[in-house]
Formats: sequence, C-alpha cells, structure tokens
Amino acid sequence: MALSGLEIYKNLPKTNCKECGFPTCLAFAMKLAAKGVELSACPYVSEAAKQALEAAAAPPIRLVTIGADSRKIEVGNEVVLFRHEKTFYHQPGIVVRVKDTEPADQIAKTAKEVGGYSVERVGLQLTLDGIAIENTSGDPAKFAAAVKAVKDTATVPLILMSQDPKAMEAALEVAKDGKPLIYAATSQNWQEMAGLAKKYSAPLAVYSKDGLDQLAELTKNIAGAGVADLMLDPGARGMLDSLQMMTQLRRLALKKNFRALGYPIITFPGEGVDSLEEEAATAAQHVAKYAGVIVLNSFNPAVAYPLLTERLNLFTDPQKPIQVEPKLYAIGEANEKSPLLVTTNFSLTYFSVAGEVENSRIPAWLLVTDAEGMSVLTAWAAGKFDAEKIAKAVKSSGVEQKVPHKKIIIPGYVATLSGELEEELPGWDILVGTREAVDIPAYLRSAWSA
Amino acid sequence: MAVEIPVEKWAGKVREVTIGATASEGGTRSKTVTVGGESTLPFLQFEGQLPHRPVIAVEIHDAEPTDWSPTLLGALGDVVKDPAAWAKKAEEWGADLIFMRLVSTNPDGENRKPEAAAEVVKSVLKAVGLPLIVYGGAGIEHNPDVLVKVAQATEGERLVLGPAEDKNYRTIVAGCLAHGHIVSAFTPMDLNLAKQLNILVSDVGLSPDRIIVDPNTGALGYGLEYCVSVIERLRLSALQGDSMTQMPIISLAGEESWRTKESKVSEGVPEAWGDFAELGLIWETTTATTLLHSGADIVTLRHPKSVALIKSVIDKLGKGA
Ligand code: B12
Ligand code: SF4
Repeated sequence: MALSGLEIYKNLPKTNCKECGFPTCLAFAMKLAAKGVELSACPYVSEAAKQALEAAAAPPIRLVTIGADSRKIEVGNEVVLFRHEKTFYHQPGIVVRVKDTEPADQIAKTAKEVGGYSVERVGLQLTLDGIAIENTSGDPAKFAAAVKAVKDTATVPLILMSQDPKAMEAALEVAKDGKPLIYAATSQNWQEMAGLAKKYSAPLAVYSKDGLDQLAELTKNIAGAGVADLMLDPGARGMLDSLQMMTQLRRLALKKNFRALGYPIITFPGEGVDSLEEEAATAAQHVAKYAGVIVLNSFNPAVAYPLLTERLNLFTDPQKPIQVEPKLYAIGEANEKSPLLVTTNFSLTYFSVAGEVENSRIPAWLLVTDAEGMSVLTAWAAGKFDAEKIAKAVKSSGVEQKVPHKKIIIPGYVATLSGELEEELPGWDILVGTREAVDIPAYLRSAWSA
Repeated sequence: MAVEIPVEKWAGKVREVTIGATASEGGTRSKTVTVGGESTLPFLQFEGQLPHRPVIAVEIHDAEPTDWSPTLLGALGDVVKDPAAWAKKAEEWGADLIFMRLVSTNPDGENRKPEAAAEVVKSVLKAVGLPLIVYGGAGIEHNPDVLVKVAQATEGERLVLGPAEDKNYRTIVAGCLAHGHIVSAFTPMDLNLAKQLNILVSDVGLSPDRIIVDPNTGALGYGLEYCVSVIERLRLSALQGDSMTQMPIISLAGEESWRTKESKVSEGVPEAWGDFAELGLIWETTTATTLLHSGADIVTLRHPKSVALIKSVIDKLGKGA
C-alpha cells in the first residue's frame, strides 16, 4: 500500500541536512511518496525506520512466484476488489492435478497435454500454467516418482501436494530447481514444512480449515520462522463458502492491510462437486472472485478454453482494450486483384475478421482503421469509424496503388455508411459485406469478382 | 489471533420487483416471481439481506430459429417449432420465468404484424403458469408498435416488456402504464446512461418498482469484462443509496453466448477447443455464472443443461439466505 509523504516524513531524521539533494526532509519524503527517488538517497535513516517504511510500503497482498523458468506463475499484489476501480494485475494460475496413484504413463500423458496446451485468442496464445501432483498414495518414493514423470514430460511450474514432510522432501529433491509450490503447511507440520521451504527456497501454501483466526496464527508463525512467500488455503470448499471466505480475505488485505492474511489464495474447485460442469462453474467464480491459483481435477480443453478466456477478459486493463496496429494487412498472397475489406483495430474484431478471411482461402487486403480499439458498432456509435475516417485510412495507407479495382467491402453492420463513403471516395465501389465474420468466406466466394 | 471480518454498512438496497400476476391480482399466472431486495453484494450472506435468489428466464422465440447452433437445436428438439410447447418444456426444466423474443416481427424477416405477435404471446401465457418477459425483435423503430399491442392483449399480466431505449421508451412505457406491466430499460453498457434512462422512464410516471434494468450483455470473450464492470458499478451505486440505480438487473446470457463462434461451430473445431457440444454449454454457463457474481438478478439461458447447472449454482450460492 502506498505511503503518503507525511507518513514517510515521520520516519525520517528531520534534520534537513540536504545531503539527499532536497532542501528539507519533508521535500524528500514527498518525492519518495511519488516514487521519484530511492530511500537510500538519505544516509541517515535508521535501520528501524527503514524496516518500518519497507514493511508499510509492501503490497497488501504479497506477490508470490511459483516456478523458475520462463513459465512462472506470479500472483498476488492486487490492489482493488473490482476491476473498474483500477485493474486486476496478476491473473490466477490455472493448473491441473494428477495423483501419484495413477499409472506413470497416465501421469505423463496428462503432463504432456497440460504442458503443451495452447489455444489462440485475439492473437494471443493462452496456456495452462502448471501441474499439481498429489501424494495420494502416502508413499514418499511413489510421490517422487510421479513428480519425476511430470518433470520429464513438461516444463511447467509444479505444485507438490502432501502433508507428510518426508514425502515432500523426497519430491523436492526431484523438483528443487523449479521452485515448486509446497502444499501444504498445517498446524501439525508447519515447522518441518517451513524448514523445507527455506532449504529449497520454495513458496509454501498454508492450510487451515479451522477459521481465519487459526490460519492467521499459522502464517504468522511461519513468517516468523523466515518464510516470506506464502499462499493461503482457508479450507473453504463449494461455491458459497469459498466466495464468502475469499471476499473476506481480499477485504482484510486491502481494507485493513492485515498482513498475516495478505497472501494469494489457492483453490480446488473440483472438491465436493458433482460434475465437470459444476467444477467449471466454481472455477469460473474463482477466476472472478479472488483466486491466486486454481487447481482443476482434470484436463479438458472444453473447460480450459472458457476459463482462460474469462481470465483474459477480467484481467484486461479497463482503460486499454486489446488493440492491433492500424494499417493495411495482407492476408495470404494478396495482389492487385484481391478483395479489400475494411474494419477497426479492436483486437477481437481484427482477429475475427482476419481469421475468417484466411478460412476463405482467398488472399485479401484488410485495411484496419484507428478506431481507438473499439469494435465496429461501438466505434460507429462513438463516431470513430465513419466515412471520413475510412476514406482517410484508404488514402494514407497507400492501398489505392495496390488495388486498381477500387472496390472496398465494409462491415454489414455499418451498411448505412455506404452512401457517405461513396462521396468521400469518388470513383470507388462500396460493397456491403456480411454482418458476421463467420459468413465472410461464403460471401467472398460468391461475391468477389474483381 | 483474532481476525475481525470487515463488513460494509451499505446505505441502500435493490428494489423489489414482482413479475407476473395471479388471478387474484388481475392476471392468470399460477405464481409470481419477485427479484431484488438485496442489501449487499451478490451472495454475501455474512453481510446483508438477500431475500430473493437470482432467477433463470429460459429463452424461447416466437418463430422457429433458423441459425441456432446445432448443439442447441439438437438439445431442444421439435419444440422450437411451437412457442407454447417450447415454453411448457422450459417450465419442466425448472425455469422461473420465460423470456420470449419476438423475432418474427422483424421487418427485414417474416415481418409478422403486432396483432399476430400478440396472439403468440397469448398462446404461451395459456400454455404455462410462469410469468413472462417479452422482448421485441423488430428494431428500435418498430418495437414500440409490437410491444404496445402485446401490452394491450395481456392486460394485467404484469409482464416485463422491453427493450425500451432512449429513442423509443415513451410509447413502450405508456403501454406498460396503461395495461399494468413492467418495463425493461436497455442502455449500451454505461452506468450513467442506465441511470439517465431510469430517470426518464420514472418521469413518464412509471413507478420505480416496475422497472428492470438491462445494461446490455457481452458474452464470454465478447465484451464480458465491460458487462461485468457496468453491472458491478450499478450494484455498488445502488447499495451506496442512489435510488435511480436500484432496479434489479437482467442479463441476456443465453442470447449473447450462443451467438459467439465458440458455441456455434460444429465443424472444423480446433482441437484446443475440445468437444464442441461441451464447449457451447460451458460458454453459456461461464457467462451466466460470471454475470450472477457481478449482480445480475435475472439471467436468460437457452440450453436445458445450462438451466439445470445454473439452477444448482444458484441453489448452492443462495442456500441458507
Ligand atoms: C463491449 C461493448 C462496448 C464496450 C467497448 C468495447 C470495444 N473495445 O469496442 C464499451 C462498454 C466501452 C462500449 C461503449 C459504447 N457502446 Co458499445 N457495445 C459493446 C458490445 C456489448 C459488444 C461489442 C463487441 O465487442 N463486439 C464484438 C466484435 C468482434 O464485433 P464487431 O467489431 O462488430 O465485429 C464483428 C462484425 O462486425 C464483423 N465484422 C467486423 N469487421 C468487418 C469487416 C467486414 C468487411 C465484414 C464483412 C464484417 C466485419 O465481424 C465481427 C464478428 O462477427 C455491443 C453489443 C453487442 N452485444 O454486440 C455494444 C454496442 C456496439 N455499443 C453500442 C453503443 C451505442 C455504445 C456507446 C456509444 C454507448 C455510450 N453512449 O456510451 C459507447 C461508445 C464508446 C465511447 N463513447 O467511448 C451499441 C451500438 C448501437 C448501434 N447499433 O449503433 C451496441 C450495439 C449496443 C446496443 N445494442 O445498443 N460498448
Ligand atoms: S538526507 Fe535525510 S536527513 Fe538529510 S535532508 Fe535528506 S532526508 Fe533529511
């Protein structure tokens, strides 16, 4: 949570010695609050004041990293309860669980599917984030073997699930380079688990189903033992309990700056539900309402894709729609006989249209206008996609030299623009395309004869 | 370590709106449905009152849909040919309300006349005891004619009629006023526009407990985030005490999610999308679940399995309240 200049000032020497380069301690404090200077510029802050300031300036929900290579899960550090208040920053990790009682080839198969899963949406590759391995067998050797089977097939962040410190140590020996999440410390084993977290510098999840008092007690003890990167499992299962508890945790962190519970939350939406669809709905709730890591019971693309899409939606900065560069795009080997279509630079719009043009297998030009990242109708209603703007884009893009046929296809939803566009672009034929992008292939096949 | 749970003290609450009228109330419904009344955010039982759970309105059309996903048409079967039979089925699946879209009145399509459309609405009222929401399908210009005819023909049934928009609300609201109905006020995803339209509608004389807000719906992947934010802002504003944002909210999850490519495809489905029938279903239920968590009081749905699932979601989130 950001500190105000005055709060910082209270912790400074108040001697106004100017060595920091500022006329007074107060001026320095103000600059520090605005993040325009580092605390280290003042040589006289006491060690105690430094610690107090650092602790107070720490984010209310700790940023925790699982994994060591490029595919890390980074969660926490959220600052709002509702995305419109600013934005959600760190999307929840979505991982799939395997059990060490499954046959090795089954484990490897799931690991391969999860690790390799990638789905394209608005030009982005959406992926699952990791694999949780559960020590269902109770046998440390089996657990370690399962972890090895996963590690050998997929390079993704891992979550090791066992409450037995011996089994955990065996698994950590296999996975130690990858900074896996240790799940979980409980009131029974926390000392040993904290020891392991320190030894392997791995983040640690803390589980207690006996209420937030107990959970806070545990995290305080563990933090006191020197483990800083914690996650929480408050033990709530099912939609209602998890919603209420996760809302309370988020509020405690953000509104009360309650440090002992200022950690990201790990959830298991598949525990205690009756069907795959119910697990998906519970996971959807957790994406929207405050999960840090979501552990699914199984891999199913028809569940993964909607959840990844929901996550993409909700974690988009409300101030900045995802956009593409406005310019002329060639789709396939477009030449002077190819059709020319025009659309806006909202990513969703661009990729819907570009994808369908590709499907038509007719090479084409796609002129993307600068509509400030708005969809066709939104931009039209906001006056950002009108005849004048389209004409300007035609002229500035140099497309006139590329398509001597002088025909331009506009989106069906803005058919009303065709009259004005004829005036703006004398000598051009304005063709009204289909409303929906899916119908573009059929349209191009039947309507295009340049 | 004692943890004190932060509880908000909200100044306002959502208005209660009762849809439908029984015989003793001047209609013919076998039961009525009341929505609204919340004095806290969705499902937060530890904080406030949630006297009415959100409800499901199953969507039917007044004419056989031609461009619906094969997944959907397969699950619905022959009833799509007959609105009354379709509504009966919806009642069996556990619908709380029927959401009926009068697509046939579109002048660019079948162009069915308002009188004829009103007859179809009456046939549905005869077939089921559930309260009805009736939406025009004729566009902003022609919807008022259609809706006013429906309002007349169903006098006293306390239907919800919509969408009433800034350019056409007067006639529709007048129809609701004259014949005892509720209006659904539609605005394109903007808190201030929604509030403004509620004020305009109230100014015509319709009491605020006969207004439902339709802040526009974006499906998963197609504007869901905007929709979530406008609903959350409306709900927060209501709880903070702004009376012109305290109307219950309707989200057309069914219509919007089944329009998307992901739920329409049945051929050439990318492997990463998985089983297309499952995907279409989960697209709809993910959209609906997310909107319920934002604050929707009524969600529309199309697929019978979605109805069953979202019913259980609502039961789980609403239990005990
Ligand atoms: C999300 C949304 C918003 C978001 C913006 C999202 C964005 N980045 O654009 C927000 C909330 C900001 C917004 C704001 C507004 N919106 Co708005 N919004 C929507 C919504 C729900 C979805 C739009 C969307 O993303 N569609 C998906 C994209 C992919 O669609 P698309 O760009 O049209 O592309 C498709 C087709 O057009 C076609 N296509 C595209 N290009 C081409 C090219 C060719 C050649 C062809 C053949 C086909 C083709 O392919 C695509 C896929 O099929 C729609 C309603 C709805 N459910 O559709 C309303 C809607 C577009 N909004 C509307 C309005 C009025 C507004 C506002 C003006 C309201 C206001 N006064 O504040 C503002 C304007 C913005 C501003 N002033 O800043 C109206 C437009 C009404 C009209 N018919 O004119 C709509 C239709 C809602 C409604 N029914 O009233 N909106
Ligand atoms: S160096 Fe430190 S003590 Fe000196 S003026 Fe700056 S802040 Fe104050």
